[in-house]
Formats: sequence, C-alpha cells, structure tokens
Amino acid sequence: METQVNTLNVDRNQEGYLTDFSQWNKEVGEQIAKEEGIEMTPRHWEVINWIQEQVKADKALSIRGIKKSGVLDIKEFYALFPGGPLKISTKIAGVPKPKSCI
Amino acid sequence: MSTTKVKKMLFILSKATIENVYAAFIMANGARMEGIEAEIFFTFFGLEAVQKKKLNNLHVATVGNPAMHIPTMVGGLPGMEAIATRMMKKEMEKLDMPPVDEFLEILSASGVKLWGCKLAVDMFHLEEKDLIDDMDGILTIGDFYNRADQDGTQMLFV
Repeated sequence: METQVNTLNVDRNQEGYLTDFSQWNKEVGEQIAKEEGIEMTPRHWEVINWIQEQVKADKALSIRGIKKSGVLDIKEFYALFPGGPLKISTKIAGVPKPKSCI
Repeated sequence: MSTTKVKKMLFILSKATIENVYAAFIMANGARMEGIEAEIFFTFFGLEAVQKKKLNNLHVATVGNPAMHIPTMVGGLPGMEAIATRMMKKEMEKLDMPPVDEFLEILSASGVKLWGCKLAVDMFHLEEKDLIDDMDGILTIGDFYNRADQDGTQMLFV
C-alpha cells in the first residue's frame, strides 16, 4: 500500500487519508479506490462528488445523513463501498475521516 | 481495509431502557461502519425495541440508576421517567442520533440482522405482526449461537 502512496506523490496520514485536499484529483481517487479493492464506476463518482460537496459546505457526514441525502440509500452505499462505506468513500474523496459514531 | 481482528459482533439485547437500546444500536451500526458483521438478538424486555406499538415510547431508567444523580425516591415519582426521557432525547437529537424507528431502518439497511428470541416472543404472547417488518426472523438461543460461524466473532449481552 505504501508504495502506491508514494507513486501518487500526495500527503496522507497514517490511515491513508489525504491531509491536503488541494492535492486531490480523480487519478488520486482512483488509486486509493484500487487500494481498497474498489473499481470506480460513474455511480461511484457521483457519490464521491456529493461527499466532497458536503464537506465543502461544512456539513458533517454520517450514515443518517446518507439516508436523508436523496442521492443514494444506505443499502446502495454499502454495496458501492463494501467494508465500511463512510470510511472508504471519504478516503477516496480526499476528505477527512468522519468523526461521527452514527 | 480495517485491521481489526473482530469480524462479527453478536448482540443480545435484553432490556428496553433507552440507554441500553441505543448502546446496542450504536455498537451494531458502528461495527457495520468498520466493515464488521453485526446481528442483534432481541430477548425479554429487549423485544420492546422492535414492537411496532412500543418502540418509540422507550424510557430512561430513573430508578436504580446512580448515574442519574437524583435520589431513588425522587426518581420514582410520577412523571420523572418522562421528564428524564425527554431531556435525553433532546440531547440525542442534538448529536443527530435517530429515533428508534429510524435507527432500526438504518441498521437493517446497513445489513444488521435483527432476530427475535423465540422463548420471549412466546412468553409475551407476541406474533410476527407485532414486530417490525425488518425483522429477519425468530430464533432460539441455540440458533443464535450458530450465527457465530466464523473466527473473530464476539458476543455481547446488553
């Protein structure tokens, strides 16, 4: 995983989250997704874009927020990003890991 | 991917006080968010949390709960439970914690399996129609033990 981090040439914290969003681009997102075993589809990008908008608007991300989003439901969220959707999608989106327990 | 050795969490919820129900729900949801499987077995009073008619009227225990920091006799006065419950619900809403019915929807959509305890369902003369539609079924405790079908499974009694 570490070598891929280096080839990306972006700053990431211990858990693999970008520390500076300005370094993010689609290629970076694609690469992080690959580390997580996810093949990105247009639907994945729609969700990633939505997450980035939420963070830009200073809105806290949570599973409950996904339910209310109108963009996708929780079932689809888990299907798109299996194994911890909020954690993984935010990592791909280049935004900080959400602190919410819900 | 997550580095945790825990792969599956099995919760037994036996109480219907808000603090216990939310503890189980938050832990189950938190497990799913970390990529850990989670299932809840509702038994005895825990079944109130999945009874359509009762689930949105759960209360905080004001008696026998030293953390309330009020004398036990005061906690037993009429209306105290309702006041304490209202206060706690307000605080939870501030933290964007969903009410019980919505929380159950979230859990089910997140892949948390919800089981009713056969013995308790029989004891309280309940039928499947009394329970929420998202229930995955009614099990005996033996069936539930068999859900612990992989290494890294943990079982927790709430």
